[in-house]
Amino acid sequence: MELGLWQVWEGGWISAILRGAAITIALGMASMAFGAVIGVGCGLIKWARIFPLTLAVDFYTSVVRGVPELLIIYLLFFSSVEFVARVAAAFGYEGLAGNGYAFTIAVVAIAAISGAYSTEVVRGALAAIPSGHIEAARALGIPGRRIFRRIIAPQMLRIAVPGMNNVWQTTIKDTALVSVVGLQELMRAAFVGAGSTRHPFIFYFIAALVYLAITLVSQGGFDWIERILRPRTRK
Amino acid sequence: MDFELVFLAVPTLAKGLWLTAILTITSVAIGFNLGLALAVMRLSKNRAMSSFAKGYSTVFRGTPLLVQLFLFYYGLGQLSFVRDNPVLWWVVGDGAHCAVMALALNTAAYTSEILRGGLMSIPAGLVEAAQACGMSQLLRFRRITFPLAIRQALPAYGNELVLVVKGTSLASTITVLEITGHAKRLMSQTYAILEIFAIAGVLYLLINLLLITLVRLLEARLTRYLPR
Repeated sequence: MELGLWQVWEGGWISAILRGAAITIALGMASMAFGAVIGVGCGLIKWARIFPLTLAVDFYTSVVRGVPELLIIYLLFFSSVEFVARVAAAFGYEGLAGNGYAFTIAVVAIAAISGAYSTEVVRGALAAIPSGHIEAARALGIPGRRIFRRIIAPQMLRIAVPGMNNVWQTTIKDTALVSVVGLQELMRAAFVGAGSTRHPFIFYFIAALVYLAITLVSQGGFDWIERILRPRTRK
Repeated sequence: MDFELVFLAVPTLAKGLWLTAILTITSVAIGFNLGLALAVMRLSKNRAMSSFAKGYSTVFRGTPLLVQLFLFYYGLGQLSFVRDNPVLWWVVGDGAHCAVMALALNTAAYTSEILRGGLMSIPAGLVEAAQACGMSQLLRFRRITFPLAIRQALPAYGNELVLVVKGTSLASTITVLEITGHAKRLMSQTYAILEIFAIAGVLYLLINLLLITLVRLLEARLTRYLPR
């Protein structure tokens, strides 16, 4: 049985896979950051039930969470390709469908997905803050903005961490889907390597190991953050 | 919206709907039983069994479903002993069979975590009372532990079902023409990307709505002793 370990080493595929892993992590982090911004904004709207906006947010979260990620990625990629090519042509660039463009659209797609899940996490965290805390702050005459900054935001942050951990884990796994439209991330690097050496097993196995390493390391990171944010209580 | 396009797209996507439903039902049926077995193994006192279950769930929840799918379909398909074994080749050689296997193994990992939570939430006193009544282990599981655990785990399992439905879309990457596969094909044929997305999206939302409603009904039935 020939697994092709030698071809992986000799063909320089290890560095290609590591480069892909770096892109996967960068993509995951950028999407997670934008997703968190979307999540806090939409989560606040959903929590406070700001009338017309809350309907839009409800529509956004239920569509994105109910429709397969792959379909959303196809929608954003296919509909943007033509548009971007036209804009690029207007400015005198030809063939701008390079990696930078793919990366940008990938961030938009994954952030939109991640943001929908973050919204639910933030809304849940806000709902978990005891209303007595906010009432007490109001009774003390603390202005609204400071209530948010000193009472609501710190508690929301702490309660939301475990949920955000879950969102991060799904986000990093969702980045693999972008490979189907050609961004050179980890999964795509494995796909190209598998195709050109005809040893798919070893390539996908290595890709799986790298994803596992990423998720396990970040799990440790989140456990650490959770420990730091845990309130100090008297024994 | 172009009506001609709708007449073209809806029947095609409806064909895919059928396959999506079959993929979902089969992989949930297999995955639930595997997940239950894994959850019981995870909570067993046997060290080897519980660490196997833990490792299984870490690996399958820590890697993307797409990687698992490709590893099974392209990776295992490369190995000669899989090709020479008719049973294994029946599973791996066909895109739909392989997708069911990957989805079932994947959902089993998530299901095992959900059911483990349900099993752990059962008050020890109930199990002790059943033991004191002289129930055998199997009877105890069937009458006491399992019904209580499933009642506890049902809301979370409803979310997992939606994830399986969404997971079936990945089968389109290994040549299975379910809803997403047909949708992608139609998108590149007609260039009516938003319209095709809307129709396919509505189909997925309908499936998920149906599943969530069924789970809610089951939940209401299982908790009918509660005052409303």
